[in-house]
Amino acid sequence: MARLIEYRDALREGLDEELAHDDNVVLIGEEVAQYNGAYKVTEGLWKKWGDKRVVDAPISEAGFIGMGIGASMLGIRPVMELMFFSFAYVAFDQMMNNAATCRYMSGGLINVPIVVRGPANGGTNVGATHSHTPENIFANMPGLKVVSPSNAYDAKGLIKASIRDNDPVYFMESTVLYGQKWEVPENDELPDGELLVPLGKADVKKEGTDISLIGHGRAVITSLEAAKILEQEHGINAEVVDLRSIRPLDEDTILDSVRKTHRAIYIEENKPFCGVGAQIASMIQERIFDYLDAPVLRITSVDSPAIYSPPVEKEQLPTVSDIVEKALSIC
Amino acid sequence: METTTKEEEANAVFAEDPINKSLSNEDKIDLLRQMVRVRRFEQVALTEYQNDKMGGFLHLYIGQESVACGTISILGDHDHVITAYRDHGHALCVGMTMNECMAELFGKRTGCSKGKGGSMHYFAPDKNYWGGHGIVAGQTPLGAGLAYGVKYLGQKGSCLCYLGDGAVNQGAFHEALNLAQLWDLPVIYVIENNGYSMGTSQERSSAHPEAGLAHRALGYNMAWDQINGVDLYEVRAKTKKALDRAHNESKPTLLEIFTYRHKGHSIADANADKYRTKEEIQRYMHEHDPITNFKDTLSDEGLIDDAGYKALVKEATKEANDAVKFADESPYPDVSELTDDVYWEVDNNTEAGRTGRHFFH
Ligand SMILES: Cc1ncc(C[n+]2csc(CCOP(=O)(O)OP(=O)(O)O)c2C)c(N)n1
Ligand SMILES: [Mg+2]
Repeated sequence: MARLIEYRDALREGLDEELAHDDNVVLIGEEVAQYNGAYKVTEGLWKKWGDKRVVDAPISEAGFIGMGIGASMLGIRPVMELMFFSFAYVAFDQMMNNAATCRYMSGGLINVPIVVRGPANGGTNVGATHSHTPENIFANMPGLKVVSPSNAYDAKGLIKASIRDNDPVYFMESTVLYGQKWEVPENDELPDGELLVPLGKADVKKEGTDISLIGHGRAVITSLEAAKILEQEHGINAEVVDLRSIRPLDEDTILDSVRKTHRAIYIEENKPFCGVGAQIASMIQERIFDYLDAPVLRITSVDSPAIYSPPVEKEQLPTVSDIVEKALSIC
Repeated sequence: METTTKEEEANAVFAEDPINKSLSNEDKIDLLRQMVRVRRFEQVALTEYQNDKMGGFLHLYIGQESVACGTISILGDHDHVITAYRDHGHALCVGMTMNECMAELFGKRTGCSKGKGGSMHYFAPDKNYWGGHGIVAGQTPLGAGLAYGVKYLGQKGSCLCYLGDGAVNQGAFHEALNLAQLWDLPVIYVIENNGYSMGTSQERSSAHPEAGLAHRALGYNMAWDQINGVDLYEVRAKTKKALDRAHNESKPTLLEIFTYRHKGHSIADANADKYRTKEEIQRYMHEHDPITNFKDTLSDEGLIDDAGYKALVKEATKEANDAVKFADESPYPDVSELTDDVYWEVDNNTEAGRTGRHFFH
């Protein structure tokens, strides 16, 4: 039986393996080295790899991420940790203007193989400034890739693939998931001897026939719980599709699913306006309108900045019962 | 042989400064009371955090009380205050009540921000208190902006903008310093140098550590000073010079106040006594505590004895416990209130607020 490990441990294994795989991989971020990571994702890596490969940065996100982008132009593969992805906004110019456009503006002469990773989630009562979910914002920009793993297996496989990718990848994790466990095989159990999950490949997390619950990140976990209730209490067999990477986007897996079920809801913890779900809904109706038996619906956070108040924040994010209710409204 | 320490000598010099000379005996006791209130509030909040009454972060100010209490105690009607997420001390010192502050921690509707902001995001504009900001150094351009506003309105005032020793390395702060000096803004930046940004010592985060941090003002030809935060009299006396400069010349100042946080970075700081030695923490708690220091000063001046001090602590403890009761009994905001307080026009049901759709869930 495969072993169960935490999401954070899976990430750490992926980082550790890539540090071994390529001498040009370097981890940089606030408290990643001596403190062992604010959320312990990088625990032990500084001790193992030393000052050159795992580096503590001052609180200068624009400076050190911009520096990483510059270094990546020479073939360094910086993996930058944002303690919270919310702090990306301090480095927004570097991440949007420099990382995304240097290749284009140089007519393809330059590439930027950087990874910026960190938690992008609400639900932990840290208030509006620390709860941003900017996957749609960054995915909006051509030149950037956005990844959002929902579980430990994907987290490990995707972080390794992201580090090997030759374009900028913004890798959005979840502090709520860090401590949860999933089955992740040992390398010697794998045919290739390592776990790589390619970007641009969605995953059907549960097969079903009656409705497609499509999402990314932790919303996939909530959807799986909702699917169980739909099955047990309402006899509805939902299919759950996990995007894994938002850009590149695996359109085929989504379309195949909806062709089969004829109904779709996109679930995400992000805000609704121009959210990822808006892109997916538009794509579905444009491409397979005739297969639909109901409008494509979306479930998102309530459309306000993240509230602090713990019991209310719980309700601000999509809940299992939100999904069940909405599914029943079209099934 | 009894010798006076350097600290005691300094106390004596700053005690003679006009801003401290002018204090009545009662004023002095009030200053001590204020520091004790801040500490007791946070100690009680810590207990309630452990009782699961709140979530998220709780960054305690314990050990640093003299900074907020000393600097804010000299402010007038047109002086404003803005700080980072370690904001409880400043809030109580500007006159916010323990009730509204505790209720905010509990996420209740009666909190200063209706339970919407939490520990890091206290606000009270009616008391010239502009937050409570969670993003490191995010408040520093706002501080320049409040000073700009004061100057624009033709008021004789200022803005005290606090930041940590880690925050000095954000680009926004340097842009704000340049603007402040270039445009003669009456802003006083107060670096609360507690030696660490989370687990990173000043030496590991800031170039040229021997020079200190206020020294960076030199690059902008800005006035600067360094202050021993253990001594409330010194904090008041030196901040007063900066305040006069702001009021009379409309010029900024960069102050660096040396202080220490007794607790971890936040409650969640698992390494609180790993990146600092136990001896270091003990030394600051027992030999350089600003409250003990000021209590001893007042006791030397014959203004308070042990019984008097105990009474202050008891009074503050009762106030904090009453605030817990108030917070406990207050309601949570309703889910329907999530989208209140997002747009002014919508909240005030104006024509602009009624035109077009504003929310999309
Ligand atoms: C832009 C940004 N980066 C990182 C953080 C996470 N963080 C919060 S406080 C802190 C340390 C700040 O230290 P310092 O400025 O010395 O203030 P202190 O906590 O000592 O009061 C860090 C890294 C943040 N809130 N905002
Ligand atoms: Mg500090």
